[in-house]
Amino acid sequence: MLKQVHFGPSYIPYLLVTPQILITLVFFIWPAGHALYQSLLIEDAFGLSSEFVWFENFEVLFADEHYLGTFKRTIFFSVLVASISMGFSLILAAMADRVIKAAMVYRTLLIWPYAVAPVVAGALWVFMFDPTLGILTYGLSMFGYDWNHKLNGNEAMALVIIAAAWKQVAYNFLFFLAAMQSIPKSLIEAAAIDGAGPVRRFATIVFPLISPTTFFLLVVNIVYAFFDTFGIVHTITQGGPAKATEILVYKVYNDGFVGLDLGGSAAQSVVLMAIVIALTVIQFRYIEKTVEYS
Amino acid sequence: MATVQLNNIGKVYPNGFKAIHDVNVEIDDGEFIVLVGPSGCGKSTLMRMVAGLEQVTSGTISIDGQEVNKLEPADRNIAMVFQNYALYPHMSVYQNMAYGLKIRGIPKAEINERVNKAADILELTADQLVRKPRQLSGGQRQRVAMGRAIVREPSVFLFDEPLSNLDAKLRVQMRIEIKLLQQQLGTTSIYVTHDQTEAMTLGHRLVVLNFGRIEQLGTPIELYEKPASLFVAGFIGSPAMNFTDAKVSADGDSVDLIGGVSFKLPEGIYRSFANKEVVLGMRPEDLEIASSDDDRRDMVTRLVEQLGADTLVHGSFGEAKADMTIRLSGIQNFNPGEVLPVRISPNKIHLFDPQTEKRLD
Repeated sequence: MLKQVHFGPSYIPYLLVTPQILITLVFFIWPAGHALYQSLLIEDAFGLSSEFVWFENFEVLFADEHYLGTFKRTIFFSVLVASISMGFSLILAAMADRVIKAAMVYRTLLIWPYAVAPVVAGALWVFMFDPTLGILTYGLSMFGYDWNHKLNGNEAMALVIIAAAWKQVAYNFLFFLAAMQSIPKSLIEAAAIDGAGPVRRFATIVFPLISPTTFFLLVVNIVYAFFDTFGIVHTITQGGPAKATEILVYKVYNDGFVGLDLGGSAAQSVVLMAIVIALTVIQFRYIEKTVEYS
Repeated sequence: MATVQLNNIGKVYPNGFKAIHDVNVEIDDGEFIVLVGPSGCGKSTLMRMVAGLEQVTSGTISIDGQEVNKLEPADRNIAMVFQNYALYPHMSVYQNMAYGLKIRGIPKAEINERVNKAADILELTADQLVRKPRQLSGGQRQRVAMGRAIVREPSVFLFDEPLSNLDAKLRVQMRIEIKLLQQQLGTTSIYVTHDQTEAMTLGHRLVVLNFGRIEQLGTPIELYEKPASLFVAGFIGSPAMNFTDAKVSADGDSVDLIGGVSFKLPEGIYRSFANKEVVLGMRPEDLEIASSDDDRRDMVTRLVEQLGADTLVHGSFGEAKADMTIRLSGIQNFNPGEVLPVRISPNKIHLFDPQTEKRLD
């Protein structure tokens, strides 16, 4: 038996996907192709001449200690952003799942940060932690801690990580909560009758059952930390102090548009492109495995 | 092994809905009690209160004489079989059964022994023990769910419509297995169902619930022979009891249908109800073909249903248009329109008050 409804050939499906295909071509495929080509060129700073050099840009890149340092920094940053934001949203979701009264209010409030643009999120944290004006800096000074992320690289990194993680909590929360609510209530009740308390139920029943969602979010969060945190870094630290918060995606911008090393910057983009392709493959390959709940 | 007492149990939901009104049940040690009623009658709510999954609004629940109202489900020493089995999908069959024991800190060797014993009783093979629940058929999952209850060796089993997800044939088979298992283990059990056949076959005693109240509590045969209300009379028995409006005669020795047909009542019992409007109830299987002329009543056949083992004849008496069903054993050939001579023993007649819907006798 046919599993799908079949219609006669029609131009309408093609017409309907045309706008999306055009947008993808103009804004994604064409620039990506251009970056690929550019990564094989060395251009002078004024853009007057360029030379085709094959993989010289990549050779220079991987021999560059600064680049490898940035790579490690980015991994550190991504792991911390992903684990802090996922851990925090997991706790929030577990608590929201147990709330019965005014559950909608909690959920709506917890989802709000997702609607905030990265630049605005960055600005928010910059204000709060400003070394001279910030309310939280003031609060920390009362405990005798002198916060200045403009001078201290570790503090700058901590601030960028907190801001980036905060921004992603809402998104993770939404998925975790949905996953928890799709677990049949009777499973939790059965575990309660079997003698498992709330913490044990979470550890042995809920957490294993939401593992597909957790894995999905892990990939999404790493992609987010790698690529979507440019706005946050740009507003909070501009990669400083002394490149302490310069992550890969920020270095692409810095080297290309500030340093005007277009070939080297394009080569860095190509490396990032390879990373995102790899992550997407992992996601499609392993996440399609779904869990049957009953 | 335990007794269970429900004393004046009431349940009011936060939105003000009264789900259970003042329910009293005393369950003996080793007894199999079935809570039965239509959907929304409160039977599941009542069981969930015993399990500790719902708060009790008023009254007390005691297991083995100890009040459990405030106890967590884990501390009540009960085990429950859920309608959707509620097996942990990420654990093997063995792990599913061992979970509750592991949490209670029982040594590994004993867990192993108990699980294997339960698997033996339920005829689960060693090969099935290592599988995940999704690799099992509906009947096997049902067995695992029961196994998870058995290994805990609880003092009370709770069954929440455990057979309603199975197909008709398997349901009959599992019904027998549950009954045998309970006989073998002798554990006090409470079973919720909306299926009257399941209720009649499984329960030592039945609690018929309607709108959160007990309509009647008794053995299956008591409920069948002396239904306390119109609701119980209509609910127990299949095909359902025939009802028609009637009036007790002036001498109280017979009951008259509209249109002149009348049936004899047992002598003396209904004297005090002389001239009273009543609802007359007659079970389809109690109506039979009359062999002599003196107590026959003519029924006009409207429809004949052949079931092989039985024949159901639908028709009506004289001017009274109320539909009557007769259940005759074996294959009987009648044609629509045919007039059948029908009789019923006076002591098989049930009379109910049309206002209170209670049984009259």
